[in-house]
Amino acid sequence: MPILELKNVSKIYGSLRALSDINLSVNAGDWLSIMGPSGSGKTTMINIIGCMDTPSTGSVILDGVDISKENAANLTRIRRDKIGLIFQQFHLISYLTAVENVMIAQYYHSMPDEAEAMEALEKVGLRERAHHLPAQLSGGEQQRVCIARALINSPQILLGDEPTGNLDEENEGIVVDIFRRLHDEGVTIIIVTHDPEVGDVAQRKIILEHGKVIQDIDQSATFGEALKLKSKG
Amino acid sequence: MGNNSRKKMYLRMITSSLIRRASRLIIAVLAIAIGATILSGLVTIYYDIPEQLGREFRSYGANLIILPSGDFGITRADIDKLKNLIGREKIVGLAPYRYQTVKINEQPYLLAGTDLHEAKQNSPFWYIEGDWQNVMIGREIAETLDLNIGDTFTVKGVKYGEQAEASKQNLSAEENKTRDFGSQNFSKKLQVKGIVTTGGAEEGFIFSDMALLNEMIADENFKADVLECSIVANAEELNELTNKISEHIPNLSPKAVRRLTQSQDIVLGKLQALVLLVTIVVLIITMISVYTTMTAMVAERRKEIALKKALGAENKFVIGELLGEGILLGFIGGAAGVFLGFEFALRVSLNVFGRGINFQWALIPITIIIFIAITVIASILPVRHVMDIHPAIVLKGE
Repeated sequence: MPILELKNVSKIYGSLRALSDINLSVNAGDWLSIMGPSGSGKTTMINIIGCMDTPSTGSVILDGVDISKENAANLTRIRRDKIGLIFQQFHLISYLTAVENVMIAQYYHSMPDEAEAMEALEKVGLRERAHHLPAQLSGGEQQRVCIARALINSPQILLGDEPTGNLDEENEGIVVDIFRRLHDEGVTIIIVTHDPEVGDVAQRKIILEHGKVIQDIDQSATFGEALKLKSKG
Repeated sequence: MGNNSRKKMYLRMITSSLIRRASRLIIAVLAIAIGATILSGLVTIYYDIPEQLGREFRSYGANLIILPSGDFGITRADIDKLKNLIGREKIVGLAPYRYQTVKINEQPYLLAGTDLHEAKQNSPFWYIEGDWQNVMIGREIAETLDLNIGDTFTVKGVKYGEQAEASKQNLSAEENKTRDFGSQNFSKKLQVKGIVTTGGAEEGFIFSDMALLNEMIADENFKADVLECSIVANAEELNELTNKISEHIPNLSPKAVRRLTQSQDIVLGKLQALVLLVTIVVLIITMISVYTTMTAMVAERRKEIALKKALGAENKFVIGELLGEGILLGFIGGAAGVFLGFEFALRVSLNVFGRGINFQWALIPITIIIFIAITVIASILPVRHVMDIHPAIVLKGE
């Protein structure tokens, strides 16, 4: 049963076709990586999947609901309920501590609960750093806070835009290991990445070029091995 | 429970934002605090000016003249009643005057018996060469009779209740002089202690203590021909007071010195208008300053706002948080301004009027509410830009 379906999705900015007639189906619990050169449409695609943009044509079915025609307010609500976002630049709020940065996602979703937020930080190995400000955390730690924040509301899809793009190799391994554990728990993961190693650890990889899917690779066979090599777990 | 945890988180966010970003918000807090200081200071002065300036105006002389309405003069009992009616705290000076025609070197002069202390309270602008003591003479008399401080002169007159007789044609001047020294007349040698210069009619008077005058004219009873009062009151209050005096003490006939009270009201009105104008200008400047700061703050925090929206915050949540920060800024700046404003008003009052002022407790909530309102109003436009921030555009990767 697909959790996400893109049917003939195109996104046009003036004379530029950022996405052209994309068809994609992602099952619940899948781990998909989206790769491609700059300007291939990766960010546009993730913005549409993440309910931060709408397609010019085509439909996007998320958890059985067509979100392609929803207005901004409904998209915000859907994003809040169903999507967990991870950013390349982490985007933590500078004046809130790690645990407060996690709680803010709870606050906008439903009710803030510090104990739950602490558990989420424990999952990413940051319980001891919960009361530190972002400026007091390393890049890898900041990204792990970002992941804890993305997971706190139990989203149906974890969406990462270059989640390891600003990390060194060691932290990249830690983050990939967290994704592995989440995948084992049944979380659907979609990640945009430039890094072939990170792209290779997913079950499935699609490659975009000029707004089109030019390759859709099933990596199930090599999935476990690649993960072992990449993750520190 | 749930709502409480949301409220706690809201407060945690806005207080953390202010505390941990204090260095960036210091300008906004300063702008608000300075505005609040000037506002509360000027409002304190605005309400204190009539009292302060009223007392200052009292140094320009009496503003209420009271005459007896009958033939008999004003008694001590009348004065006591009058003081109670006016209210002792409002009386700057209340000087009774009893006038007596006397002769010096056969030339007639007017001797005014009064309470010299009260006369000084009423007329501090009189220039006195020497001392405010028994006996003072006007500059004009001093020049005419060539009298200086310490010189003596003799006054002659008719005792109270006696009639002065005209000089008899068939008597020589010496005989007339002898006749005048009969039991109905008095003669007293006085020493000049002060010379009065006022630029007015007072320069032709001799001033003595009322008791001395009574002794000279051999009248033990206190009797004033006129009362000169200096009262802290504006024109309207003075009119009300004259009506009240006429009603309650019918043997007195009060008259407000309109020229003085009207000038006082005009100056007061203009000063208060000026203070009001400055206050309005300060409020506008504060509003512009807060507007600029909030605009810069929204621009500087575009990523944070975009992130909050990406996490599912509706515009109203983000706007509510920014306005919450604005309210807190207004509260902090307003509260600081109330106390600094009082200090400011106190210093102004001490330096300009030479007396302190009372702290107006009502100013605390009023100033804080005004500055919260100003901050919120000034924040509305910048905060509305939140709606134009699109997370996908602002948060896009590098």
